[in-house]
Amino acid sequence: MQLAAVILVDGLVYASYLFMVAVGLTVIFGVQRVLNTAHGSFFAFGAYLAAMLIGAWYKAGWPAYGGFLIIVVSAAVVGIVLGLIIERCLLKYLYDRDEHIVVLATFAAFLALEDVILLIWGTDPYYAIQPVQELGATQIAGLKFDNYNLSMIAISGVLALSLWYALRRTTWGKMLLAVIYDREVSRAMGINVTAVFLITFILGSILAALGGAYLAPTISVLPGIGVEVIVIAFAVVVIGGMGSIPGALIGAVIVGISRAAAVHLLPSIELFVIYIIMAGVLIFRPEGLFVPVKARRI
Amino acid sequence: MSRLADRTVIGLSISAVVLMALAALIPNWMLFIFLQSFARGAVALGLLVLWRSGLISFGHALYFAAGAYGAVFMQRMIANDAFAMVAAGLIASGALAFLLGFLLRQYRGIFFALLNMAFSMVLWGLLAKTEALGSTDGLSIVAPRFFGMVFAGDQSKLAIYFFAIVLTWMFSVAVHLYMKSTLGAMSTAVRENEIRLEYLGYSAHRAVHVKYVISALLAGFGGVLMGMTVGIVDPDSMAYWTVSGEFVFITILSGTGNVAATYIGAFVFEIIRSLAFQYSPKLWQLIMGGALLLIIMFLPNGLWSVMARLRKARAS
Repeated sequence: MQLAAVILVDGLVYASYLFMVAVGLTVIFGVQRVLNTAHGSFFAFGAYLAAMLIGAWYKAGWPAYGGFLIIVVSAAVVGIVLGLIIERCLLKYLYDRDEHIVVLATFAAFLALEDVILLIWGTDPYYAIQPVQELGATQIAGLKFDNYNLSMIAISGVLALSLWYALRRTTWGKMLLAVIYDREVSRAMGINVTAVFLITFILGSILAALGGAYLAPTISVLPGIGVEVIVIAFAVVVIGGMGSIPGALIGAVIVGISRAAAVHLLPSIELFVIYIIMAGVLIFRPEGLFVPVKARRI
Repeated sequence: MSRLADRTVIGLSISAVVLMALAALIPNWMLFIFLQSFARGAVALGLLVLWRSGLISFGHALYFAAGAYGAVFMQRMIANDAFAMVAAGLIASGALAFLLGFLLRQYRGIFFALLNMAFSMVLWGLLAKTEALGSTDGLSIVAPRFFGMVFAGDQSKLAIYFFAIVLTWMFSVAVHLYMKSTLGAMSTAVRENEIRLEYLGYSAHRAVHVKYVISALLAGFGGVLMGMTVGIVDPDSMAYWTVSGEFVFITILSGTGNVAATYIGAFVFEIIRSLAFQYSPKLWQLIMGGALLLIIMFLPNGLWSVMARLRKARAS
């Protein structure tokens, strides 16, 4: 029972930041047909910036709630700056190219950004444990869980709901869906596709950076965290169905829980249980669990 | 000109002879770069075979590693012979690709690319976690024998170099002839319109499967060669997904123009990488990424297109 609770909570915590990364990835793929490898760098930038600023903030002895503001602000800064640069200076020129080439271009950007991270923050780990301590812990089923981790689950839930609302109930969301469905017809109907692309990309980037920034206080921020998260986020997106938001949510939960289960029950398969699931899902549902509606072209 | 002796075959043969002759002149480190270019070039050649059908795999490190580990197994358990090691590498990668091919041949586009990556990451995880296979430290390969002949020190490197050139030449000519055959010509048909291909009485699935196995064999051969060259096989530099990314990089860099292009592409890749690593070890990824972006932006059809452009300029 205790073990089940631990697996569930660990899994959901893991799922919640995976969801933040994967949902951006999947929406960007749905809208722009770009599988953005550089998403992993946005995550890493978010984590580094937040960890550095939080460390400095608490060192200066400023009020504790500031740490939480920093998480949001650094995610926004990273997402807007990097998102603008990558979309305007790179992807803009590649939208009519083969989708494999675009993946490779984002892979190149990812490689370059990995070194930029090393240049800015060096190889030493960053710690920003204070926000976790600030929130304390709760007893569940006789076990202690950090409130910070639990808040991560809540935030992801709220995020998923508001994204769903924004897509289904607002004009902007409907415009986005129209672009996903058919880019050319949307443009003919007067939707500013260029703007939709840019806004989607920046929003996705902010979410990835938020995943990193939110996670930063619970880990030691080290070089290479971007690599790890991006391949797992790929798996999440593929499991859920590329371009599908509920798919990203379900995919994140499946991956999160199965990885937590592997860690606690069978540590030797922890590294690749995710890919086994991904391969398994693809064998039975080639396009993922939730296939987004696609226009049939004749 | 007869079918067996067209310009590409002659060109490949002349290059092979020239490269062998060069062995007397070039320094050891250059030999090392050439060997690595042959290894990566072979994998890129495999990817080229797939790419002609519009497919790109982001997981060919799977077969690269399978080949390398197959060769280690042969050397340690059965026979320490370079030819046997290549055979073991080919069997390992070929058999794996034959099995996975039944599944993968149904996929196209980005799904094909990512499913390949998933399988390669499964292998990476297995290798990294298995103590018997050296875990993350990997396994070493000692200098192989050639039909019982033993070479030591620098001579052994030279022996591997000649061995690599002969086999690379054989494989490249074989791939070139394959691409000109009916089955090879179907590549473009698979990319352009599978339904029409099926109506003509061919099976698109089978065509893709054959190509997939060929590409895996080439990647396995590349892996064996890389293992012999470097003297060690380990999961991070053989099976990780970024390794697959590098292979795709070389393929794009080379372009689909010609079999020979992949080796030129691989050589350019090695040079950029070695220089970047030597002059700014902290920035080499930045340099590689930048170079890749420049190529995608300004040389969309790869290095071979420069050759074609030059030829056209001379003709007019």
